[in-house]
Formats: sequence, structure tokens, C-alpha cells
Amino acid sequence: MAADAVVDPDAPESGVWKWVKIGFFVVVAVGLIAIGTSTAGANGGLKLANALIAIVGGVLGAMVLFWLLNKLVEMLPPKWEERLKPYVFIGPAIAAIAVFLVFPAVQTVQGSFYNADLSKPVGFQNYVYLFTKDPDFKSTLVNTLLWTLIVPTVTVILGLLVATLTDKLNPVSEKYAKMFIFLPMAISLVGSAGIWKLVYDSSSGNIDPQTGELNRIGLLNAIIGFFGKDQVGWLQTVDMKLNTLCIIIVFVWTQVGYAMVLLSAAIKGVPEDTIEAGRIDGAGERRIFFSIVVPQIMPTVVTVFVTVLIGAMKVGDLVFAFGADAYNANVIGSKFITTLWTDSDLGKSSAIVVVLLIAVIPILIYQVRTFRREEAMR
Amino acid sequence: MSASATSVPQVGSGKAPKGKVGAKASQASWVVKAVVWIIVFLWTLPTIGLLVTSFRPTTAQFNGWWNVITNPTQLTIQNYQDALTTGSNPMGGAFLNSLAVAIPATIIPILIAAFAAYAFTFMDFPGKNVLFIVIVGLLVIPNQAAFVPLFRLFNLFHLNGTFLAVWLVHIGFGMPLAVYILRNYMGTLPKAVIESAKIDGASHFTTFWRLIIPMSYPALASFAIFQFLWVWNDLFVALIFLQGEPVMTVALKALMGQQGQGYALLTAGTFVTMLLPLVVFVSLQRYFIRGMTSGAVKG
Repeated sequence: MAADAVVDPDAPESGVWKWVKIGFFVVVAVGLIAIGTSTAGANGGLKLANALIAIVGGVLGAMVLFWLLNKLVEMLPPKWEERLKPYVFIGPAIAAIAVFLVFPAVQTVQGSFYNADLSKPVGFQNYVYLFTKDPDFKSTLVNTLLWTLIVPTVTVILGLLVATLTDKLNPVSEKYAKMFIFLPMAISLVGSAGIWKLVYDSSSGNIDPQTGELNRIGLLNAIIGFFGKDQVGWLQTVDMKLNTLCIIIVFVWTQVGYAMVLLSAAIKGVPEDTIEAGRIDGAGERRIFFSIVVPQIMPTVVTVFVTVLIGAMKVGDLVFAFGADAYNANVIGSKFITTLWTDSDLGKSSAIVVVLLIAVIPILIYQVRTFRREEAMR
Repeated sequence: MSASATSVPQVGSGKAPKGKVGAKASQASWVVKAVVWIIVFLWTLPTIGLLVTSFRPTTAQFNGWWNVITNPTQLTIQNYQDALTTGSNPMGGAFLNSLAVAIPATIIPILIAAFAAYAFTFMDFPGKNVLFIVIVGLLVIPNQAAFVPLFRLFNLFHLNGTFLAVWLVHIGFGMPLAVYILRNYMGTLPKAVIESAKIDGASHFTTFWRLIIPMSYPALASFAIFQFLWVWNDLFVALIFLQGEPVMTVALKALMGQQGQGYALLTAGTFVTMLLPLVVFVSLQRYFIRGMTSGAVKG
């Protein structure tokens, strides 16, 4: 199937498979749309039409906009045309970024100094409340710190392990092993929460007629039950940050595939002769890996680390979906949404985001620096 | 899915030598094989649990899903029928809402970003470098920072709760990554082609449509998949800006909030939300990976 892409995205695709895939895709998509339309009641057809109009209208609208702007500047004297045309091309994109991202972000900083409905300035009160009175904010910060430390580290190590091990398999096994590990990346974090609720469940079923004991529904509790241990409320236990760690595992589960794909490409890019040279000098496999392979793939390791780190800092929907915010497992991202959504406190939720904004500044500086260095090398 | 694009220096995707590091492929020891397949098994087990549970009748949900192995009960698709049609947020309608959100929010930004990427690659203008560096910096900024002011802005225009509001938000949030991916890709296109088009008297507009867009198709596909998965899987934007028209993630979150329902509806609902992204992902993953390995694109 499409699995060869995990190994080599540039590999030519055989003609038959391509059409089988496209056919399969179309059948599934049309089937789902048909089911959706028929179960959505009277509105179904309307929504579908709505989406179609939006697609056609949106694309046509954008085309007409650019065409008109282009015609307008072409009417100007050539000197002005040359000067203004770049701004016509970047204009709409910059406008979208300014209106929907930059301008609101600045307003959020401003809003963090206002009360719950942003009607009255309150100075630093929101921040003072969060850092001194809020019963949950301190644990939110600690949890966020745990996420930012554990998630990228574990993801990189596991990704490196899987990438190295699968590299030793035959190509067909490598393909499928990688595809299965990569798959969770496509699943939404809410869906991931749905999947892992079954693993962490701590409720009891009926009494087993054979053993006379209560049946366990959660996989993890069933496993520890096998060793005679009592049920553990994985998502409810705040001690030792157990629930936070359990949710971190889920996020790592979604991210390792990403790390694996990038690191695997990097490992395959390590020149064979450097490894041969090591082997001739009598280095063992472990020595070759740590002294020859790892230093050469270090830039990719750093990139993966930073990307996963950014993801871990922003994440909020996973904790929110688990409902674990009720058990002190909040991170900044989920604390923000519960303050906004459940408490409707616009001022405090803005202040929470500002804390996150400050936290990402070092990464932002690092990103811009890396980018400029690479541009200089181009 | 965190699609933040940091650049990946020389990962040598594709054209890299196909050498195996370490032991030769045929000599992979059984230990290595065993470890790999154990990891794959562990990675897949939670999803298998979901799938099995979603086909078990409600009456059988009082023990763990693995009991189907030792005493098979009759499997049913009743859970799917219920999840799609019943409850306060039937998944069938939510599926259509998700489509109505995701498809325009994927397609519209591509065109806008492509124009900008063209200007950043092939045109010279004052402020070019500064603007692009701002875009690189914005890749890191959490989208949540824009939520509250946007919500208030849309309130002024009575846009909250409409599909248009969600499209606009996703266009704005996806734009930095889109421009970044496309510009990086266009930078690898041969400059000579553009020069000769210019000599032949083609305007920028014509060059863009006739040459650059067709040549950039792998990068366009890469971004489209990123954006589609991101929008489809998004929870917070839909939760806040599209109240009253639940998309699948919102409907699923609502299902999770209902205690004492058992897992029948929840698992069937979860699987329904996963279906389309998985199909898109498996059938188009070469573009997705290509986008990632050149962080975003080398081509």
C-alpha cells in the first residue's frame, strides 16, 4: 500500500496501486458523505451545498481578487507597477496574518490587564490572582514544565530507537512497522483521549461468574489485576503527578511517529563510508551508533526536539478531552480554555495566554536565529 | 497535530544513499525483530481496543474488550447507528459540519499563500526579509493568543456561530505555515525557468499561473494535507467560534462528558471521527512525509 512513503517519499508509485488507492479513497469519502447527509436530517443537503458554495466561492473569490488587484497596478505607470506589484502578491496573506493573528495577539496582552468582561482595567490583578490566589495555577505551571521536559526528550529517544531498529529490518517489514507507529499522528487529540480512556479506565463491570471478582474494563487495571494489585484511578490520581504522566504518555504516543520519520531519513543519510571506517577501526555497533551516527544526525535531533517541544507547550485539548482538568492535571493550554469556556473570564484567560507567550519567546528567538543562519548558508 | 515547521537541515530525504546502518538487513537478529514488533503491538493495542469495543453490544460492555477472545459475543453495528443518528449531537450531522469547515479552510489559504510565497521567492521589495522573519517567528506563537479578541471582533459583525467565522480563523492561523512551506519549496525551483519566462515577456501573473503553480504541486499537496488534518482534528476553534453547529471533535467531547453511558457510543463515535483523517493520511502520506522531511519542504 502507501506504506513505502514512510520509507522513501520520493519512491515512484506503481500505476495500479495509485488508482486502487484513489478509487478506495473516493468510495470511502462518498460513502461517508452519503451517510452523513442522510443522518443529518433536513439540514444535511443544505450543509453540503453550503460547503460546495464556500469552496467554489472562496477559490473563485480569491482568484478574482488577485486578478483585479493585478489589473489595477498594471494600469499604473511601469515604474510604479514594478514597485507595487510585490505588495499586491503578498497583500492578502499579510492582511490575513495581521487581522487574524498579530492584531488579536496584541489585544490579548492588553486584555490581560482588564476584568472578566474586559470592561474595566484592573492593572496587574489577574496576574496577582493567578500567581498567589488561584488554587490550581501553581500545579498548572508545574505540569506544563513536566510536559516540556518529558515529552520532547522521551519522543526523541523513542523515535531514535524505533528509527534505528526498523532500519535493520527488511524493507517490507520496515514499511509496515513504521506505518503502524506513524498512524496515531492522524488521530485528533480528542480521539486519542477516547482511545486511551479504555486503557486507563478504573470503573468496574459486573461480577465474573468464574472468579467471583469484579470485572475490570480498563486494560491497564486488568494487567495490574493479573498481578493481584488493586484498581488505580490513573486519570484521577494527583499524587506523584500520576495523571499528568499518564496523559503525557498519550501525547508521546501521537508524536513518536513524527520523530521516527525524520530521524530515520537522517540515519539513512549518514554516509556508508564513515560507518565502514568505524567498523574497520574495530568499533562495535554501539560505539558506531553513538560516535559516528548520532553526531551526524544531531541537527535533525535538535529540530525534532524543538518542534515537539513547541507542540507540548501549546497542547491543551488532550487534558481538556480527558476531563482531567478537574483533577489538577491542567497545563497552560487547558487552563486557558477552562477559564474562558467554563468560567467565561476573558481577562484571566488572556493573562494565562500571556504567560504562555512569554514562555515561547526563547524558542521564538532560537527559531529566528536558526532560520537566518540557514538562509546565510543558502 | 503540531505542524509547526522548524526547518530540517539536510535530512537527505529520498536521494540519500540507501545504506543500512549497523547490521545488514538480512542479518537483523531475532532480538531486533522481536523488539520492533513488540513496540508495534503496544502502539496499536489501544486502537484495537477501541475498534473491538465499538462493535460490542451494550449488553456485553460489563467486562474488558479482550474477553471477545475467550468468549466471543455477537458483534453488532448498532453502536455506529446510534452514534451517527441519536443523542444531542448526532455524529452524522457533525460529520457534515466538519466537512463544511475543513474543505474551504484547507483550499482557500493555499491560493493566498501561494501568491505571497511567489513574491517572497521571485520578487524584490523593501521589507521582504523582515516580513518573512516575522512569519517564521509567528510559527511558534500559540493560536490561543488570538481567541478572545477574535471572538469579540466577530461578535461585532454577528459572525460567531457561522462557518465563515471558522474559515477566517483557520485561514489566519494556517497562513504562516502555508507561506513558509510554499516559499521554501519555490526557493528550490530553477531560477532559469523564471528568467526565460521573463525574457519571453511573460508577466509575473502569467509566470505564477502557468509555471510556478504547476511546478509547486507537491508542496501545495503537502500543505493541503497538513492543514486538512489540523482543521479536522481541531477542537478549540470549533468549540469557541462555531457554537450550535458541532463538528466531530466537539460532538465527541460532548459524548465524553456524559457519564454512565458506557463505552458503546463513545468508541463508535471516536472511530467515526478518525475514519476520514486515517484514509487521507494513509493514501496521501507520501506528501505528508515529504512536507515534514524538508520541514517543511524540499520536494
